[in-house]
Amino acid sequence: MGKVSHMDESKVVIQMKDIVKKFGDFTANDHINLTVHKGEVHAILGENGAGKSTMMNVLCGLYKPTSGEILINGKEVQFSSPKDAIDIGIGMVHQHFMLIQPFTVADNIILGVEPVKGLVIDHRAAREKVQELSERYGMKVDPDAKVEDISVGMQQRVEILKVLYRGADTLILDEPTASLTPQEIEGLMEIIENLTADGKSVILITHKLKEITACADCCTIIRQGKYIQTVKVDEVNENDLAAMMVGRDVNFKVEKKEMEPGERVLEVKGIHAKDYREVEILKGLNLTVRQGEIVGLAGVDGNGQTELVEVLTGLRKAEAGEVRVLGKDVFNKSPRETFASGISSIPADRQKHGLILEFSNEDNLILQHFEEEPYSQKGFLNRKAIRAHATELMEKFDVRPRGSEGAPAGTLSGGNQQKVIIAREVSNDKELLIAVNPTRGLDVGAIEFVHKYLVEQRNKNRAVLLVSFELDEIMSLSDRIEVIFDGQITGSVAGKDADEKELGFMMAGGRQHE
Amino acid sequence: MNKKKSILESNVFYTLIAILAGFVIGAVFLMIAGISPAVAYGKLVNSIFGKPKYLVWTLIYASPLIFTGLSVAFSFRTGVFNIGAEGQFVVGTLAACVLGILVDLPVWLHVPLCVLAAAAAGAVWSLVVGILKVKRGIHEVLSFIMFNWIAFYLSNYVVNLKIIHKEGGGEATKDVLDSARLLFPEGIRKMLGCNAANWGFILAVLAAVLIYVVIEKTTLGYKLKAVGFNSNGALYAGINADGSVLTALGISGALAGLGGAVQLLGMSGRVSQFAGQEGFGFEGITVALIGSSSPIGCIFSGIFYGAMKYGGSKLSMVKAPSEVVDIIMGCVILFIAISQVFRILFSRFGKKEGK
Amino acid sequence: MDVIIRNIGLLINATLTATPPLLLAALGSCFSERSGVVNIGIEGMMTIGAFTGAVMGLTTGNGWVAFFCAGIAGALLGVIHAAVCISFHADQTIAGTAINFLGPGLAVFLCKALYDNSSDTPAMDPGSKLPKLFEGVFPAGSFWSNVLNVYVVAYLVFVLALICWFVFYKTKFGAHVRAVGEHPEACESLGIDVYRVRYICVILSGFLSGLGGAFVTLATINQFRPNVIVGQGFIAIAAVIFGKFSPEGATKACLLFGLCSGIKTLAGQSNVVSPNLISMIPYIVTILALVLFVGKAHTPAANGKIFVKSK
Repeated sequence: MGKVSHMDESKVVIQMKDIVKKFGDFTANDHINLTVHKGEVHAILGENGAGKSTMMNVLCGLYKPTSGEILINGKEVQFSSPKDAIDIGIGMVHQHFMLIQPFTVADNIILGVEPVKGLVIDHRAAREKVQELSERYGMKVDPDAKVEDISVGMQQRVEILKVLYRGADTLILDEPTASLTPQEIEGLMEIIENLTADGKSVILITHKLKEITACADCCTIIRQGKYIQTVKVDEVNENDLAAMMVGRDVNFKVEKKEMEPGERVLEVKGIHAKDYREVEILKGLNLTVRQGEIVGLAGVDGNGQTELVEVLTGLRKAEAGEVRVLGKDVFNKSPRETFASGISSIPADRQKHGLILEFSNEDNLILQHFEEEPYSQKGFLNRKAIRAHATELMEKFDVRPRGSEGAPAGTLSGGNQQKVIIAREVSNDKELLIAVNPTRGLDVGAIEFVHKYLVEQRNKNRAVLLVSFELDEIMSLSDRIEVIFDGQITGSVAGKDADEKELGFMMAGGRQHE
Repeated sequence: MNKKKSILESNVFYTLIAILAGFVIGAVFLMIAGISPAVAYGKLVNSIFGKPKYLVWTLIYASPLIFTGLSVAFSFRTGVFNIGAEGQFVVGTLAACVLGILVDLPVWLHVPLCVLAAAAAGAVWSLVVGILKVKRGIHEVLSFIMFNWIAFYLSNYVVNLKIIHKEGGGEATKDVLDSARLLFPEGIRKMLGCNAANWGFILAVLAAVLIYVVIEKTTLGYKLKAVGFNSNGALYAGINADGSVLTALGISGALAGLGGAVQLLGMSGRVSQFAGQEGFGFEGITVALIGSSSPIGCIFSGIFYGAMKYGGSKLSMVKAPSEVVDIIMGCVILFIAISQVFRILFSRFGKKEGK
Repeated sequence: MDVIIRNIGLLINATLTATPPLLLAALGSCFSERSGVVNIGIEGMMTIGAFTGAVMGLTTGNGWVAFFCAGIAGALLGVIHAAVCISFHADQTIAGTAINFLGPGLAVFLCKALYDNSSDTPAMDPGSKLPKLFEGVFPAGSFWSNVLNVYVVAYLVFVLALICWFVFYKTKFGAHVRAVGEHPEACESLGIDVYRVRYICVILSGFLSGLGGAFVTLATINQFRPNVIVGQGFIAIAAVIFGKFSPEGATKACLLFGLCSGIKTLAGQSNVVSPNLISMIPYIVTILALVLFVGKAHTPAANGKIFVKSK
């Protein structure tokens, strides 16, 4: 699909001037500027934590700016609530969908602006308008389906319809492709095209460079809360954008020495398992990981990755199959037993699974070992040994701030929390390390750090299974890439031969070319 | 500045503010009722500190409250909310009472039997709720509330059973046998000038110290806290979450049951038909909150509440309704519940001054 | 045969007397819980309502005025609960516990202050109570008298239940209540004032609880005593859970629990089964309902969770 621009440079619809937003002492937005034209697709590029979402929350009325001004169609406006922004034609589609699960699609779309007949909500009028909008912009939805029963892609269409229903002229899409399949992403691009053709403007928040070059007219880059510059997308390439985003040249490649994989560490055969809704999600999956290799599991969220890791770590019981670690049976064993058998893991959700946030860092570092000597004797904790252990690891893994052994883990930044987990899991030095989205939400420095330790484990002849929704990460780290689709491995390629297009094809259910 | 900051961050500071605020509001209501707060509060203080034996009474009142306070505090620390201490207290009392009346044993066997039976009854009452939570995912607060009322009616039912009901004794059971009582030897009681002086307070302090050690120093405490704070994380790390929840609830329930034993074997000696819930368990929530969920803190807050209850019971002498204590305590809970707000306000205030 | 009919009449009468306080409180609780605020302070709100109803009945001599005032008294405690939970982000269960100290404490305190240190109010004469539907139309003690000549409010509560159902599922406000309890952030992003909706619901819960309490003192009996409410507030909560947080479900559950209470009253007279054992039924039934229907009952997703407005 070629890019068609509908930008009308004579008409400025939105201007944000010198926007500053502080939270206490922390400055999330430091003099940000933005200009959006009619019919334009304007990308906002920045790393996680750069202040993109804050900026957009200011524009959609959720946050009040500390200083600076917003002009809509040339007139200065002040929003006291999201309602004001909606009324003036700005609508936001949040990254985490803001949908009421037990409500129907139509009820979600009309929420807050329900048409009424007397006292009663006029559902018929609502449905008609929803139908009309969905046809006009080519977005198929079932108005009567409950949101909890529909796919992620359709939920996103509901979100977009929600803002269109409110008469939005400018749509803010916050990381809209995060959990979509390549096909769904293509569908979204078409929707964006339909919207701009109709004279609407779209602000696209993202950190994916490819999407920007594929569909945006202009791109504003922000870094650490500060405005860097606005560029025309036609005039730059992806590497330029990346450099502007992180403030230096980026090396996407991870240095790895050549290694010959050794013995089989993890053998998974014919795993069948159900998800939390009791629907079969793993359908006879096979997988092998050997010593001295990083195996990347590529796939779109929701194809069974989460469940596979849960089965491997003992959190979920599988229906059938076989799991062996160095020949030892660990099928459907408890988390404690799988750990003892040699599986250690960096969980996807560090706050839910990785850490006890209320516990001190030193207590978190002995989470699997508190009943062992020297950390405890005869049921009593040995604080001295626990502290010494923590001091050593936190120094080695550069956890900041220094001297925070006794501080609750919840007080650390996300990157440092991840370092605590990695310190713990890597120092367990088990035969197999499973890492699930290990760099999600981290800044570039921390990402490099995490990658370094994953490669180091591999170089020590350990087996590493990397599960990630970031294809770039998989491609730069893996010795072998296995593609998971619909609960099965649908393809396998060597890391160095990997081709993104082919992987994308397989991730969407296409069969590997022989 | 540093010292000031540490005061502004300490729980004790905000607890004291909450208590002060509670008394102020109590005073307002006393004035509305046409009673001088000075007279009423004066009587309150005098009834607590006026004579040494009043202090003994305060400790007698405090003992069961320290136990229920510990029960709730322990549950808070291990991530469940034992709002069912009320029911566990009642079944504890009941178990001690039935065995105290029906079994005849020498003192050295009878007392431990009754005390342990009470602890076991409390633990079982709590564990049923725990099993419902663990096996069926039923929120413990709901089932605890239901179990409180079931215990309440169960107690009224048992009180009226022929075998232990006191003939012509109104709405109560017979007295438990002397061999089951927790009273001090008669000589000491005479010396203290208080006929109900008993071992309850000493047991309560011992229990508090024991619970402190368990929570802070042992692997058991580590495990229970880990599960309480984040059961998913604990599970991931290989800790048996279900077992921990049950252990925590069992211990918590046993503590409340012990409170019942101490109240019965130490002070009341029999169970009466209730018209409404007695409230030891609910008061335990207040004790735990005032004590910042710390076992040692519960000793002091338990004494405070015991003093308020004992002193409050004398308020009718100056024509002041003793319910002013409930009003004060209700307000104290509310203020502690919103102390986070004070904390933010004060820290902002402190910062501005510092700059 | 006559005896059976007479007993059925008595049972219906007892049920229609026991149900209104529960149903009023439960309907209010539906709003509060569905908007995301747990209210275990209903017992305290009912007690203050019972007290206010009795006092106002004694002073004004007008049952309806007294009834309304009781609602206001309950609503005032509702305001406290709402402010503490919604604006100050306190733990809702703890706040509710405090309300359960405050309500009965205040009621008895004020009662003693007003009535010469007595914890009971004097009895009021029938003219000051709430009116009955068919006073003197049917012969006293007859079946039809038992069934139809009950307090007007006993029938009105079912009309109210219908209105609540309508508001819940048919109106804008109802949709907002249900949405706010599921996903407050989403509602905020759509310009719905989450705090406002929740305040209204919690205060309404207090108001209806106050009315429920007043029914006891202005209809069932004729004075306030410290133990007039014992547990009815908690039975109302049980009914809401049993009824899956919906007005229609809560209504059925309240009728069932009202029937239990009716049986208890009759059994108490006949001395066959201990009334204490019968009193346990609502609580045991609720536990069983939870055990059997778990997973099917959808608890509002944001129930009990603190929501902080964006700034």
